[in-house]
Amino acid sequence: MSTRAIKVAVNGVTYERSVEPRLLLADFLRHTLGLTGTHVGCEHGVCGACTVLVDGDSVRSCLLFAVQTDGARVETVESLGTIGDMNALQQAFHEHHALQCGFCTPGMLMTATDLMRKYPLASDEDIREGLSGNLCRCTGYEHIVRAVRAAVARAKDAAP
Amino acid sequence: MKPAAFDYVVAESVDAAVAALAAADGEAKILAGGQSLVPMLNFRLLRPAILIDINRIPDLAFIEDRADEIAIGALTRHYRLETSPVIAVHLPVVADAMRHVAHLAIRNRGTIGGSLSHADPAAELPMLALLLDATLHAVSPAGPRTIAARDFFLGPLTVDLAGDEMVTRITMPKLPPATGWGFAEVARRSGDFALAAAAATLTLGNRTIAEARIAMTGIDETAKRASEAEALLMGQTLTPDLIDAAIAAVRAAVNPPTDLHASSDYRRHLIGVLVGRSLADAWRRAGAEQS
Repeated sequence: MSTRAIKVAVNGVTYERSVEPRLLLADFLRHTLGLTGTHVGCEHGVCGACTVLVDGDSVRSCLLFAVQTDGARVETVESLGTIGDMNALQQAFHEHHALQCGFCTPGMLMTATDLMRKYPLASDEDIREGLSGNLCRCTGYEHIVRAVRAAVARAKDAAP
Repeated sequence: MKPAAFDYVVAESVDAAVAALAAADGEAKILAGGQSLVPMLNFRLLRPAILIDINRIPDLAFIEDRADEIAIGALTRHYRLETSPVIAVHLPVVADAMRHVAHLAIRNRGTIGGSLSHADPAAELPMLALLLDATLHAVSPAGPRTIAARDFFLGPLTVDLAGDEMVTRITMPKLPPATGWGFAEVARRSGDFALAAAAATLTLGNRTIAEARIAMTGIDETAKRASEAEALLMGQTLTPDLIDAAIAAVRAAVNPPTDLHASSDYRRHLIGVLVGRSLADAWRRAGAEQS
């Protein structure tokens, strides 16, 4: 089975690994690197659970092969913060009870991170539309929308 | 759901990519954004022996203002089309429609060349290419070729591309002066494929319609122009009666599929409503342009 050498920076750490071309980025992160924060739901680009950032843009890591990220910069949910030191978005999710089982949460957080960089998210409708590619089967979305709304407001207050 | 094994080739140039396609003799697929291809690989609906990755070919992603047309590189991502100032000025209907294409994570990766070559019968970009009389520029080992969008889409997931040919860029004439546009879509969930969608442009001369273009998707085996309805509009002013006549012509001309999400009759009704909204918006914007 032929493999390829790749060099990829994940959360600021450079990894050199040999991968089969068919290895999905999601499986590379979880199984090869042990970064199990990225969750795998549908494996065909519908549920959004596996969303990560590649070179700053959100992508479905089940629709990208690890071999394609050779030379790229990948950020996963592990890059945002820790339980003792959550970032502002994670803090907002915590305060607004924006998760129940937590399975969709990594994808929600990474999607919201990219949305907040790219769109003003001025209304709840914009937030809902932005998150519509991420499925949550527990919350009914209401608290997730509230959390993102709070994070957007906080970021606006913090901006000079 | 993991793909079957394949060999992976990174193409450094268009010539190298099409040479690899030709050498593989039908066993290879081009990997662009991968947002339609990789799900099919994960389900093993497709098992190509070779994937030819074109993402590292330089100068294949661009949006250029060239006199009376806009040239778009095949590897241009949906998000760039959505946010490009050049597109917003000269092809605003594209900018508007792109917001309806999937979700941000998909738009960050998906490409115009990939979407047109994939030709999903409910996708927005084939409809826009038809609406705007786009030209596709393709390259094979035999050389370059141009294909009019109206000749390109042959059936569901089927286009006029040879096995050793790839799309390299798309050109679209800028909207002419005194032209208004409209776009309307209904999907089950924001970002899903359209149950049906329509787009229109109306160009005015002497306050009547000098050119009408209407395109639709989700209602047949490929996206389509509504030629009969377009013909009705020529030389007219857009009254409610004329919109109704155009809607009737559209409903008579389409043969929508029935699936889990909507019946054929529902889609036929819906496409009429969406064409009516697109025309009304196009007329309003054209009037604003002219006054």
